[in-house]
Amino acid sequence: MSHTSTYLLRGARLPDGTAADLVLTGGTIAEVTGAGRADVSGATVVDADGLQALPGLVDLHTHLREPGREDAETVESGTRAAAAGGYTAVHAMANTSPVADTAGVVEQVYRLGQQAGWCDVRPVGAVTVGLEGSRLAELGAMATSTARVRVFSDDGHCVSDPVLMRRALEYVKAFDGVVAQHAQDPRLTEGAQMNEGEVSSVLGLTGWPAVAEEAVIARDVLLAAHVGSRVHVCHVSTAGSVEIVRLAKQRGLPVTAEVTPHHLLLTDELVRSYDPVYKVNPPLRTAADVQALREAVADGTVDCVATDHAPHPTESKDCEWAAAAMGMTGLETALAVVQQTLVDTGLLDWAGVAERMSLAPARIGRLDDPALGGLAHGRGLAAGEPAHVTLYDPAAAWTVDPATQQTSGRNSPFRGHQLPGRVVATFLRGRATVLEGRPVPLPEVYGA
Amino acid sequence: MKHLLSTADLSHADAVHLLDTAEQMAATQQREIKKLPTLRGRTVVNLFFEDSTRTRISFEAAAKRLSADVINFSAKGSSVSKGESLKDTAETLQAMGADAVVIRHPASGAPHRLAAMGWTRGAVLNAGDGTHEHPTQALLDAFTMRRHLAGGTGDLAGLRVAVVGDVLHSRVARSNVHLLHTLGASVVLVAPPTLVPFGVHGWPCEVSYDLDAVLPQLDAVMMLRVQGERMNAAFFPSEREYSRRYGLDARRLGLLPDHAIVMHPGPMNRGLEISADAADSGRAVVLDQVTNGVSVRMAALYLLLAGEGNDT
Repeated sequence: MSHTSTYLLRGARLPDGTAADLVLTGGTIAEVTGAGRADVSGATVVDADGLQALPGLVDLHTHLREPGREDAETVESGTRAAAAGGYTAVHAMANTSPVADTAGVVEQVYRLGQQAGWCDVRPVGAVTVGLEGSRLAELGAMATSTARVRVFSDDGHCVSDPVLMRRALEYVKAFDGVVAQHAQDPRLTEGAQMNEGEVSSVLGLTGWPAVAEEAVIARDVLLAAHVGSRVHVCHVSTAGSVEIVRLAKQRGLPVTAEVTPHHLLLTDELVRSYDPVYKVNPPLRTAADVQALREAVADGTVDCVATDHAPHPTESKDCEWAAAAMGMTGLETALAVVQQTLVDTGLLDWAGVAERMSLAPARIGRLDDPALGGLAHGRGLAAGEPAHVTLYDPAAAWTVDPATQQTSGRNSPFRGHQLPGRVVATFLRGRATVLEGRPVPLPEVYGA
Repeated sequence: MKHLLSTADLSHADAVHLLDTAEQMAATQQREIKKLPTLRGRTVVNLFFEDSTRTRISFEAAAKRLSADVINFSAKGSSVSKGESLKDTAETLQAMGADAVVIRHPASGAPHRLAAMGWTRGAVLNAGDGTHEHPTQALLDAFTMRRHLAGGTGDLAGLRVAVVGDVLHSRVARSNVHLLHTLGASVVLVAPPTLVPFGVHGWPCEVSYDLDAVLPQLDAVMMLRVQGERMNAAFFPSEREYSRRYGLDARRLGLLPDHAIVMHPGPMNRGLEISADAADSGRAVVLDQVTNGVSVRMAALYLLLAGEGNDT
């Protein structure tokens, strides 16, 4: 790629805490050496003193909305937001219109991602046709398409039929896929508006009980054990879910789980404002749940942090609670929220952040396969690996203003919050997608 | 007081002041000429997104007796039924110069949004939002209890009140629990466990599943309306079983102390939560509640629009 310069990242701190120079050239990490030692003529030098270097972040759970809801987000704006948040790969959820339940749609989303050039887009395939929970979608066709789908999810809907879930878990074994379950018993959550607890009882909002999540996770873990498949649990939100996943892992069962940044920081107390920016599915839970989730990320019970970035047009939130859409943006705040809730609290070091936000999600999505070449992610910052690098300043506090974000969504629950650090630069295959905190568009000539 | 959104927001002093003001309003209603000039030239909009003829008429009477101009806006057949948002509706009414908006809405918290978002500059009165609150109902209930049980002055300290029925879906119950607690009464909720909110342990009240055991200690029993359709969602097996276990009938009326009163926010399901014997007995103060509703709403409108610190 002729537009890619050689970059010398001078004096960055590696996840293991040591300082180093990184040389990125030809789309790969050419050299990782002691700070101040690298000397490459003609390289663009980035002063990374005091900056944390991380392998390019990988999001396992992103709603890019295209095709169908381009008023909320496009692949271009969503991936630009991802780059600004330090991501080099995102998994685009299937609940678009049309649903990503065919090879044609996943290839379209994949191609839009390549054209935009901000980060790699890995489409998630729907488990069932139209997310309707009745017939399996053509999972094999999506797996063998150029989009090379490995993660399948009806996210937004639970695959609640136990037989269908069992078949899906079995079927994806043929291509090393994984079913990512949105764990929500539909009958226990009819009309649900927020976490069921003391706050919901006072606010008169229909409750979303923790057991509706936990019961499905327990069933799916047992199903996965029974058929010998791996299962991934989307956005765990309760202390009870953590306990089930922990128990399953202790038994050696092949279960992985993710948590969102908002569930690591925010609680259902915020709903007392009736401000729909706090309306999300699964809902914000209690402080005890937040603490359990943080500890679960720290001890590895929860494998990764995934954003569940869910942009909505303004009118979908500028209304009464019951009428509002569920979801929050998160790509541009995730890393800073992880710093605040896990690093600054002493629960996780930066090597742990690299694991939970890059290596683990890439492994779950099978993006770490070296056969993918430059399209592989989550392989760390060693020489010879694809040059996906994020530089993060953990001392650059800022106040979140949705109007200045890259995402088209204005529904950040962190609006007005001060977060402790921010992404300075992001490199995708050695190209700077973000420099000095600002997105760097592809040169006009690219592809011409 | 800028808005009246929830009884949880009312201090003891606020609540007693409201009741005292309502008492003054009630006194004016004994006169031959009931109309006061207090809110002349002010506009009150009744913004009703849910059918509630009783509450709307009560607010309308209250505003008119204070000489306010009243605009009734019913969502049915209006632009709302064509998809207009709450925001646009509120801003439209604001543009027409509403000084107060009395809002009834099926979504819990809709009045809070209206007040918090600046969609209207006027005072917002919650006339019932979803399953959240109905503060003027609780105020008129407290006013009625104060008159019958506490000499018509002060608070309700020492009284014991049961709220019986579908607490889970009741905005009346929520508003009453907060207000009665603030005014010093002790509250016991009586319902089948399916109709008690999951998070009730945080509420300032007791919970019982046994109406017979509760009745002999009460000063007032408040029967909530129960919708028969609830049995379709397995909240209770049948209307008959509900009525047998939680309905107020002649036998249970006999378990009440002699001085205790029977209340109901209306409309009553006779034969379900309350029998004709109980509804028509000398202890029932249901029509007093209706009368007092006008006085309490006059007081609320007066304090929001012409009260201390609100003169413009």
